[in-house]
Amino acid sequence: MSTSTETLPIKSAEDVVRVRQVVRTKAAGVGLSIVDQTKIITAASEIARNTLDYGGGGEVAIESVKEQPRTGVRLIFRDNGPGIPDIEQAMRDNFTTGSGLGLGLGGAKRLCTDFSIQSKVGSGTTIMLARWK
Amino acid sequence: MDRIPILKFGDCLLVTIQVDMHDQLAMALQDDLTARLVKERSRGVLIDISALEIVDSFMGRILNNIASMAKILDAVTVVVGMRPAVAITLVELGLELPGVRTALNVERGMDLIRSTVDAETASDVDLD
Ligand SMILES: Nc1ncnc2c1ncn2[C@@H]1O[C@H](COP(=O)(O)OP(=O)(O)OP(=O)(O)O)[C@@H](O)[C@H]1O
Ligand SMILES: [Mg+2]
Repeated sequence: MSTSTETLPIKSAEDVVRVRQVVRTKAAGVGLSIVDQTKIITAASEIARNTLDYGGGGEVAIESVKEQPRTGVRLIFRDNGPGIPDIEQAMRDNFTTGSGLGLGLGGAKRLCTDFSIQSKVGSGTTIMLARWK
Repeated sequence: MDRIPILKFGDCLLVTIQVDMHDQLAMALQDDLTARLVKERSRGVLIDISALEIVDSFMGRILNNIASMAKILDAVTVVVGMRPAVAITLVELGLELPGVRTALNVERGMDLIRSTVDAETASDVDLD
């Protein structure tokens, strides 16, 4: 039974690349299949970019979990940005306040086993993603 | 800033993405490809993504933009080497690549560009 956590800043586009790399290493390390690795890396990339572009930057804690009955990776993204006024609307496919496709949040949720989001206008957003074996 | 190299191969442009690109690098590739298409009047763009471990919504948007830009400039875009796990993930993400044609590898991608360009050239002649 073990868990190991690595916390990374998300302050630049290069940091988003670094997040993808660390998620990949952790996901491979706990033995997720290639398809599951690809899904969680892609989801992480979406949420990391949102953290940077809309949240004004933040951080992510990347945790590999090996404890009965679960093996996998769990990611917690945090920012102290403007928050999301209407989460339901933001989660909907094709909704964007930027120039994106509006697929990030909804897509990330579909690519994970667990997904949760907390956001408060004026104080920030926290998103948890996990992919279990 | 680093750039992704674009090779000219006959009337085609060839790009092999070998690194995990950050967003500005991907945007620069889109701009560079458009500029080269205009300059070389190429008929095809072949993008090899076999080294890419993921394609997210941003990268998908870049591929779509390249394909639309190429279409306006009368060139066909073919993406080759997409890993099966990437293709599966794209579907679940909900990302569509409407203007992008795909092929298994560089050789087949080149064949696809060739046959598409030849078919277009033939139908242009018919119209005259
Ligand atoms: N961390 C965040 N802080 C504040 N607003 C956010 C945050 N993350 C997402 N949002 C809001 O939710 C909307 C939807 O996000 P989503 O990732 O689904 O789409 P997008 O980023 O606009 O486009 P895409 O991800 O397809 O490029 C964003 O346009 C933004 O308004
Ligand atoms: Mg997004």
